[in-house]
Amino acid sequence: MSRISHCFEKLKTDGQTALIPYITAGDPEPWVTVPILHAMVDAGANLLELGIPFSDPMSDGPVIQKACERALKNDVSLKHVLDMVRQFREKDKITPIVLMGYANPLEAMGYEAFAKRAEEVGVDGILTVDMPPEESEQFLTIMDSHNIDTIFLVAPTTSLERMDKIAKVAKGFIYYVSIKGVTGSASLDISEVSEKMAELRQRTSLPLGVGFGIRDGKSAAAVSDVADGVVVGSTLVRWIAEHANNPEILPEALAGLVAEMRHAINARDMAK
Amino acid sequence: MANTMETNYYDTYPDDNGHFGQYGGRFVGETLMGAIYELEQAYEKYKTDPEFQAEMDKDLADFVGRPSPIYLAENLTKNLGGAQIYLKREDLNHTGAHKVNNTIGQALLAKRMGKTRIIAETGAGQHGVATATVAARLGMECVVYMGAADVQRQAQNVYRMKLLGAEVIPVESGSRTLKDALNEALRDWVTNVDNTFYIIGTVAGPHPYPAMVRDFQSIIGREARSQIINATGKLPDALIACIGGGSNAIGLFHPFIEDKEVVMYGVEGAGHGIETGQHSAPLSAGTPGVLHGNRTYLMQDENGQIIETHSISAGLDYPGVGPEHALLKDIGRANYVSVTDDEALEAFHTLTRSEGIIPALESSHAIAYACKLAPTMSPEQVLLINLSGRGDKDMHTVAAMAGLTF
Ligand SMILES: Cc1ncc(COP(=O)(O)O)c(C=O)c1O
Repeated sequence: MSRISHCFEKLKTDGQTALIPYITAGDPEPWVTVPILHAMVDAGANLLELGIPFSDPMSDGPVIQKACERALKNDVSLKHVLDMVRQFREKDKITPIVLMGYANPLEAMGYEAFAKRAEEVGVDGILTVDMPPEESEQFLTIMDSHNIDTIFLVAPTTSLERMDKIAKVAKGFIYYVSIKGVTGSASLDISEVSEKMAELRQRTSLPLGVGFGIRDGKSAAAVSDVADGVVVGSTLVRWIAEHANNPEILPEALAGLVAEMRHAINARDMAK
Repeated sequence: MANTMETNYYDTYPDDNGHFGQYGGRFVGETLMGAIYELEQAYEKYKTDPEFQAEMDKDLADFVGRPSPIYLAENLTKNLGGAQIYLKREDLNHTGAHKVNNTIGQALLAKRMGKTRIIAETGAGQHGVATATVAARLGMECVVYMGAADVQRQAQNVYRMKLLGAEVIPVESGSRTLKDALNEALRDWVTNVDNTFYIIGTVAGPHPYPAMVRDFQSIIGREARSQIINATGKLPDALIACIGGGSNAIGLFHPFIEDKEVVMYGVEGAGHGIETGQHSAPLSAGTPGVLHGNRTYLMQDENGQIIETHSISAGLDYPGVGPEHALLKDIGRANYVSVTDDEALEAFHTLTRSEGIIPALESSHAIAYACKLAPTMSPEQVLLINLSGRGDKDMHTVAAMAGLTF
C-alpha cells in the first residue's frame, strides 16, 4: 500500500481528517523549506504538498505566483525540489509528500527520469495542474511503474461524466478544487462542496481532499465535516511572503498556523 | 490501395483531441476543461451552419472590407532584382491587421453561446483593438489583458481600446509581455468561466483554439490563392509570413499545404540576434514543451522554465508558437527562419519608401526576409508576402529608434 493510502487509512481508523499544508519549494530561501516541512509535521500536518516553482503558474493567484518568483530567483527548479525531498526523508520516512506543479518542468526533465528520481528520494504523489486525464496516458503508465500516485483535480465545473473519467485514473486521493478561480481567490461555499463530495463518493473509494478556498481554522473545520483531507496553501504562503526577509522565524511561525488549524479540525472531528 | 504517403494533410491534422502529431492538445486546469469542450461543441456545430457562415461572410465583407487585395510591389520587385513580389494586404482590414478575421468569428460564436463578457490577451494591441471593436458592436463587456511593458510601447492602441469601451488591465507579473497577458487572461477565465468567452488572438491555447483560429484566418490564404492564380496564371513559388503565435502565417499557409510545390517561410523575431539569446524565435532556437494549453516549441531553460523573450515588435514577443507550426517544421513542410530587429526596421523603411505602404513592425519581419530571398529567385518566380498589418501603431517605436519623440 502506498504511503498516501496508508496515511488516510490510519487517519480514518482514528477518526481524524488529514491536514495537508502546501508551500512552494525554495520560498523564500531554499535552506528553509525542509525545516518548515518538519515543523509543520510536528505541528500536526499529516501529508505535505510541495509546489514545484514554475515561471508561468497559470492556475495560481498572485500569492503563489509571487512565491514562484521568489523561489525562481533562488534558481530552485524540479531537480532541487527532488533533492529537498531526499533531505526531508533523512528524518521522516512516514509523512507522505505530494509534488504539485505544472507539466513543463516534468516534460523538460522527462517523465521517466523524473519518476525514477522521485521514487528514489521518496516522493509519494504528483499533481500536475495542467495535465488532465486526456493528456496523461503515457505519464500515468510511467508514474505507476515507479509507484508514484497520480493525484487529479476535480472542479466545480467538472461534469459527472468527467468525474467518472478522473476516478478511473486517480491514485492516492482526489483533490477537489472548492472554488471557480485561481488559488487564494474566493472563499468556499460549504454546501456546494458537500454536494460534490457526495457525487464523488458514489464514483470512487479514494479519499477526498478539498482545497483552494480554505483560509483559517474555521473554514478548515467546516470542510473537515465532509472531506477526508483539508489542503491549506495561500494562507501559509501569504505568511511566508510577509516574513520573506526573516526566514529564520518561518519554521516556527508556520508550525503555529498549522497547529491552530489542527486544533480547529480536531475539535470538529471529536464532535462527530 | 492508396499510398499512405498520400494521406491528405487536412484529413489528418489535428486529430479528435486537437493533436498535430505530438503537438497541441488540451493542457489546462480541470476548471477549464468543461469550458473548452463546450467551445469545441459550439464551434463544431456552427462551423458548418449556413446561417453562421453567412453572418460571418457579411461581416467580413461589409465591416472588415474583405476580400483584401493582393498588390504587386513593382518598385520593391525592381529594386531587389529577383522574384515578383506580391503583398496580401491584410493591413487594409478594418482595425489595421489580420487579427479582426478571427475576432469576428469568435465573437459571433460567443453571442450564439450566450456569453455576455469577452476577455482577450494582447501583445501589440492589434488583437485587443480587434476584440474591443467586435465587443463594442455586439454590446458586450470587454476586458483586455496586456503586459505592462507592451502598454507602454503600444500606447496608442491602449487608447483605442479604451475609446471602444474596453477595460485594459496592465499585467505586471513575469516579463510583463504577451505571455504574461495570456496567463492573466486564463486566470480570469477560470474565475468567470460561466459567463465569459475568451477570444484568444493567435493559434495557441488548448484545443480547439489552434484549429479554430486557423480556420478563421484561413480566409487569407483562400483569397490569396485564387487572387494570385488570377493575376499570374499559376501558384506562387514561395509564401512568407511573420510568426508571433503564428496566426497570420497559418492563415496564409494552410490553403497551400497540399500544393507541394509552394515553398513556405515563417519568419520569427531574432531580436538582437539568435546567438545573443535575446530573441523570440522558438522554432529556430527552442525545444518542445507545454505552455498555455498545448505542446509546442518553446523558449525555455534546461529546467523547463520559460525564458524571457525579446523582439522590437510586441506582437512577436512570445516564447511559444502555435502547435501546427511545430508540426509543419518537424515534417519539413514549412521552413522557419528569423530576422533581427535591425533587419526588420530596415525593411520597414524600405517598404515605406519604395511602395508608400507603412507596414507593422511584425509584418516588417516578413518583408525583411523577402529582401533576402527575392534576389535569389528568378523574375518568372512569384513571391507572396502576408502584409499582416499596418504600421500606424508603431510610430512611437520607430521614431524613438531614430531619437525622436512626439
Ligand atoms: C500586424 C501583426 N502581425 C503579426 C502579429 C503576430 O501574430 P500572429 O503570429 O498570430 O499572426 C501581430 C500580433 O499582434 C500583429 O499585430
